[in-house]
Amino acid sequence: MNLSMQFVRMENVLVLRLEGELDHHAAIELRAAWQEQIRVHKIQHTILNLENLHFMDSSGLGVILGRYKELKQLNGEMVICSINPAVRRLFDMSGLFKIVRYESNEHFALLSLGVAS
Amino acid sequence: MNNEMNITFKSISANEAFARISVAAFVSSLDPTLEEINEIKTVVSEAVTNAIIHGYEENPHQTIAITCTLSEDNLTVIIEDFGLGINNIDLAKQPLYTSKPELERSGMGFTIMENFMDKVEIHSVPDEGTKVTMVKEFKKSKTLCN
Ligand SMILES: Nc1ncnc2c1ncn2[C@@H]1O[C@H](COP(=O)(O)OP(=O)(O)OP(=O)(O)O)[C@@H](O)[C@H]1O
Ligand SMILES: [Mg+2]
Repeated sequence: MNLSMQFVRMENVLVLRLEGELDHHAAIELRAAWQEQIRVHKIQHTILNLENLHFMDSSGLGVILGRYKELKQLNGEMVICSINPAVRRLFDMSGLFKIVRYESNEHFALLSLGVAS
Repeated sequence: MNNEMNITFKSISANEAFARISVAAFVSSLDPTLEEINEIKTVVSEAVTNAIIHGYEENPHQTIAITCTLSEDNLTVIIEDFGLGINNIDLAKQPLYTSKPELERSGMGFTIMENFMDKVEIHSVPDEGTKVTMVKEFKKSKTLCN
């Protein structure tokens, strides 16, 4: 796999750290794993840490937007943090940050959701 | 430098990474910047993913072909499938338009290709296939030797 994912749970918040490359191939597995976390552990919010994500294409935008909508149904939120310039370019092009909040690091993202870290 | 390469591979999603890495390796003689490499990898990934998802509707037994040509500082990449084709190319190019929202597509593929490359041409015939031709001019040598 070119993508590795790390899931850490704090209360009803899921911290998801991605490392490597997120394309269509990886997006299929990410979607399944992320949805399982939401369902099994009654997750309401997700903090998506993209510090070590080096490559992403439109498939990544799709899977992130898909989970944003899913969490919104649960009255939850998604916060993205620590993004590199290449990935940021795609978010800017798609206007994703008009709807999804951005924080500079995981600590601030946790604080913004009311979880002390 | 003038050079050319051709690859064909099966329409399986694991080949998306193979395709973008191959094209990135091919252009390495131009001494590209990290940004240029990222742009090339992204657009190849977009076009190959489109061939797999839309052209072949995820049938893994079909073929995708890539031809790359280097001429001086210009790269031409042609990515071709022999699948369903596109009925309305103008509509397909619209930002956020997708024919497959149920597959969580965002409709940004062609917009990204047009942003990252200097020229993008789409040739498509329904039930025959789609050929995307993209051109990028690489910045002249980053370091002057004299
Ligand atoms: N190779 C192809 N064969 C058939 N149809 C295609 C092909 N490439 C693109 N299309 C059509 O053009 C539309 C737009 O493509 P584009 O890549 O911009 O968006 P998308 O693939 O739907 O979403 P995204 O790329 O953001 O995941 C597609 O929804 C599809 O209908
Ligand atoms: Mg696409």
